[in-house]
Amino acid sequence: MSKTKIAIIGGGLAGLAAAMKIAEESSATKDCLVQMFSIVPVKRSHSVCAQGGINAANNTTGDSPHQHFDDTVYGGDFLANQGPIKRMCDEAPNIINLFDRMGVPFNRTNEGNIDRRRFGGTLHPRTAYAGATTGQQLLYGLDEQVRRYESQGLVEKYEGWEYLSTIFNENNQCCGIVAQNLTTMEVKAFPADAVILATGGPGAVYGRSTNSVSNNGLAVTSLYHQGAKYANGEFIQVHPTAIGGDDKLRLMSESARGEGGRVWVWGDPNKKWIDNDGNERPCGEKGKPWYFLEEKYPAYGNLVPRDIATREIFKVVYEYKLGIEGRPFVHLDVSHIAREKGIEYLDRKLKGILEIYEKFKGVDPHEVPMEIFPAVHYSMGGLWVDDNTQMTNLDGVFAAGECDYQFHGANRLGANSLLSCVYTGLMVAGPEALKYAKSRNVQAEDTPSKVLEAEVKRQQEFLDKLINMSGPENPRKLHHELGELMTANVTIVRNNEDLEKTINKIDDLKGRFWNSTIPDKGNWANQSVRYAHQLYYLFDLAEIIVQGALNRNESRGAHYKPEFPERNDEEWLKTTIASYDKSTGKPIISYEEIDKSLIPPRKRDYTKKSVVGASKN
Amino acid sequence: MSDTKNKTVKFKIKRQITPDSEAYWEEFEVPWKPSLNIVTLLMAQHENPTTTSGHKTTPATYDANCLEEVCGSCTMIVNGKVRQACTALVDKLEQPITIEPMRKFPVVRDLKVDRQRMFESLKWVEGWIPIDNTAPIGKGPNISPEKQEFAYNLSRCMTCGSCLESCPQWSADESFIGPQAIAQAVLFNTHPTGKAKESDRVEALINNGLNVCGNAQNCAAVCPKEVDLVAAISEANWQATKHVTKKFFGVR
Repeated sequence: MSKTKIAIIGGGLAGLAAAMKIAEESSATKDCLVQMFSIVPVKRSHSVCAQGGINAANNTTGDSPHQHFDDTVYGGDFLANQGPIKRMCDEAPNIINLFDRMGVPFNRTNEGNIDRRRFGGTLHPRTAYAGATTGQQLLYGLDEQVRRYESQGLVEKYEGWEYLSTIFNENNQCCGIVAQNLTTMEVKAFPADAVILATGGPGAVYGRSTNSVSNNGLAVTSLYHQGAKYANGEFIQVHPTAIGGDDKLRLMSESARGEGGRVWVWGDPNKKWIDNDGNERPCGEKGKPWYFLEEKYPAYGNLVPRDIATREIFKVVYEYKLGIEGRPFVHLDVSHIAREKGIEYLDRKLKGILEIYEKFKGVDPHEVPMEIFPAVHYSMGGLWVDDNTQMTNLDGVFAAGECDYQFHGANRLGANSLLSCVYTGLMVAGPEALKYAKSRNVQAEDTPSKVLEAEVKRQQEFLDKLINMSGPENPRKLHHELGELMTANVTIVRNNEDLEKTINKIDDLKGRFWNSTIPDKGNWANQSVRYAHQLYYLFDLAEIIVQGALNRNESRGAHYKPEFPERNDEEWLKTTIASYDKSTGKPIISYEEIDKSLIPPRKRDYTKKSVVGASKN
Repeated sequence: MSDTKNKTVKFKIKRQITPDSEAYWEEFEVPWKPSLNIVTLLMAQHENPTTTSGHKTTPATYDANCLEEVCGSCTMIVNGKVRQACTALVDKLEQPITIEPMRKFPVVRDLKVDRQRMFESLKWVEGWIPIDNTAPIGKGPNISPEKQEFAYNLSRCMTCGSCLESCPQWSADESFIGPQAIAQAVLFNTHPTGKAKESDRVEALINNGLNVCGNAQNCAAVCPKEVDLVAAISEANWQATKHVTKKFFGVR
C-alpha cells in the first residue's frame, strides 16, 4: 500500500496547525505525507498581520469557557450553530498552553505567567498576546514545528504554487488537486486522499482592505464553481480602526483600546443624538473631546464589538459630521497611556502597531492621537462545512480558518479569529482529514492518470484562454471598479436599491473582463496572467456577498439595512447558502436552520452588561 | 497650494526577465499622489507598463504580501538601500527612485529573488522548541517579563534577508550562516525547553562559520524590526566558547 497523501492549501495558522497535527499523528508509522501548497513562503502568510491576541478563558478574573462561549454567540448576533463554538471555547485554554510550550513569547505577568488584556465584546481580560504582533508570533511557532516535521520527511512544502482546483473521481470523491508553479507556470496534478483548504479571507473583492495580497479568494471560489456551498457570504466585518493607503488599508489593532486607548472627536453640543430611552442628547461639549463610544455604551465603552464601533464612527462622521476637520476620520488616542505609564510600558504592549502608524503616517502616536477610519477586515462567511468534521459538501475536501463559515455568526469578536484558525486546523480539519484519508476505499494514488490529466488540461486550457484575451479593457482597472463598487455599497450601510444596482454592475464587469488584454504573454513568473485569473473568480465571489445581502431583509451584526433596522429572528435566524448555478453563472440562494439549542437567542444591547444566557448544558 | 496636479514621480526599475539573462534598466513616470510608497509605484507600473519613452513593456515581477512590514516579502533595494518596498515612502526618497532586486540572492525575475536559503538554514540550527507532542498536558515554563522581552525581540525576525544583504561576510554560495539564523539559534537556546538542543545548535553554528563574523554590525543597522543582532551574535559566541570548553574537558 502506498502512502496516504493529504494536500493542505494555504500555510497560515489553520493550514500549519493542520499540517503539524497530521504529521504528529503519523510520525510513528510514517505512512502519511502532508503536501502544503502556498502562494507565498508559509512564514509570510497573512496570519502575520493579526495583531492584538488570541482569546481563551482563564480563571483569574471569574472568566470561564462558558462565558467565552456566550460572549461569542451573543457577539455574533446568534447567527451560528452553537455546538462548534462551545467546543472551540472549551479547547481554547489548551491551545494557549500548547503555544506556551512551543515557545511563543507571550507577554508575561511579574510572576512569569501569560498576561491577558481585554478585547471587544467582553468584560473579561481574556486575550493572550505577544506585543501587538500576536498572529506573527503564533504563525512562527507553528512554522517552526512544521519545519521540524519537514526535516523528518513528513511534510513537503510547495511554496510559490497556487491551487487551481480539486480533482474528483467517477464517484465524486476527491482524489487530488491541480496547482500551478508561479515561477515556471507549470500546471500539475497532485494526487491527494484528502484536501484541506485553509486559504483565508476574500479581501480582494473590496480592492483595498486590511487583507494581504495573497487573500485573493481564488481557491474558495474555484471550489464553489466545482459545487461547494458558500455560507453567510453577506457577513463581512468592517474593522473600526484602520489607516488608509493606496495599496492597502492598515489595521490599528483593537488591542489599542484593550490597553486603554480612547476613540474621540471634538464635541459639538449643537449636534444631537438619541439615546436608548428616546432622549435627545448633545454630542459632547464645545472644545472638549467627545468620547462617543464611552458615553453611548457605558458598560463596554471603547470595547463594544466591531460592528457597533464601526457604525458609530460612520454616524459620527457622516450623520453628525464631526469627523476630524470635516474629513472622514476620528481619533484613536493612546498618548495618555504614554504620558501616564511611560513610553516603554506602551511599547511592550503595542509597539508593533505604533511603529506601523509612525512609518506610514510620519506622526508619532505616543504623542499625538492617531487618525483612523473603518476598513474591510474579515469574512464571517465562507465555505459551508459540516459541524463536526469541517468537511465541505464535497467528499474529501475540508476547510479551516477564515475560509470556513462556522464560528463567528454575524459579527466576529476580536481575538477570536486566531483561535478559530488554530482550533479548526489543529483539532478538527487536521485529524478529521487524516481519518477520512485512511478510511477511504480507493487510494488517490490509484486514480487513473487520465482523470488527473483531464483536470490539468481543463485548467491549462482556461489559462491559455486568459492569456490570449484581447481587447481594450485592463484587468487592474476592472478590479479597481469592482473594489470601489463593493466598498461603496456592500459594507457598513446597505440598501436594496444599491445592492440591485451592484449586481447589475458586477454582471457588466464580468462581460468586460473578457475584453481585456494581459500585458505579459510570457511563461516565466508571469504575474499578469495570474492577476487576471484571480480577478475572474472575484466577480462571482462578489456576487455571493451581494445576493446574500440583498435577500436578507433585516439588520444583524455586520449586516445593517436602514430599511430593515431590526433583527428579525422569526424570518432570518438562518444560515444563507449560496450554490453556483453553472448555467447562469449566478448564485442560487437557499437557507439552513441554525442550532440554537444551548443558548436561547436574546436581544443584543451593549449599553448594559450582558447577562449570560441560560444554558441547557 | 503647490501645483500637485502635474506633479509626477520618476522611478527606474532594474529588469531581468530570466535568471540567466542580462539585467537592464527601464524608466517610468506616474502621477504623484500623497502617501505613495514603492509598492503603489509597482502597482501603477503593472496597470500601465509603459516606459517614460512610451515603450510598451511587461509588468515587473515582484514579491509583496502584507504591505505593512511584518511578512518580509517585499524586500528590495531602493535608492541603493535594502528595505521593504511597503514602508519606503515616495515623498522621502530622492528621484528618480531606483528599484533593484536584492543583490546577494539569485534573481528569479526582475525584483523577485529566491531566499529559500534562509529557511534552509533554520533547519540546520533546529530552529524550533522540541515539544513532546500536542497533547493537553498543561502550561509551559514560567518566563520572566525580561526573558520574554529578549525572546520577543529576536522572534520578530521576519526572514526578510536585509541583514544578509548588508553583511560583508555573507554570500548565498559560501559557508557563513549569517546573522538571521544565528539570532534564531540564540532564541531557541535561551528558552528553558529549547535549551535541551543547545549543543546541537551551537555545533551547527560553529560548523557554519560562526567565527567568520567580522563584527561590522551592518546587520543590526539595517534590520527593520530592530532585532538586536549584535547582542545575539555575541551571545552565540559565548555559547560556542562554553560549548568548546566543555567539549575539551569532556563535560556534557
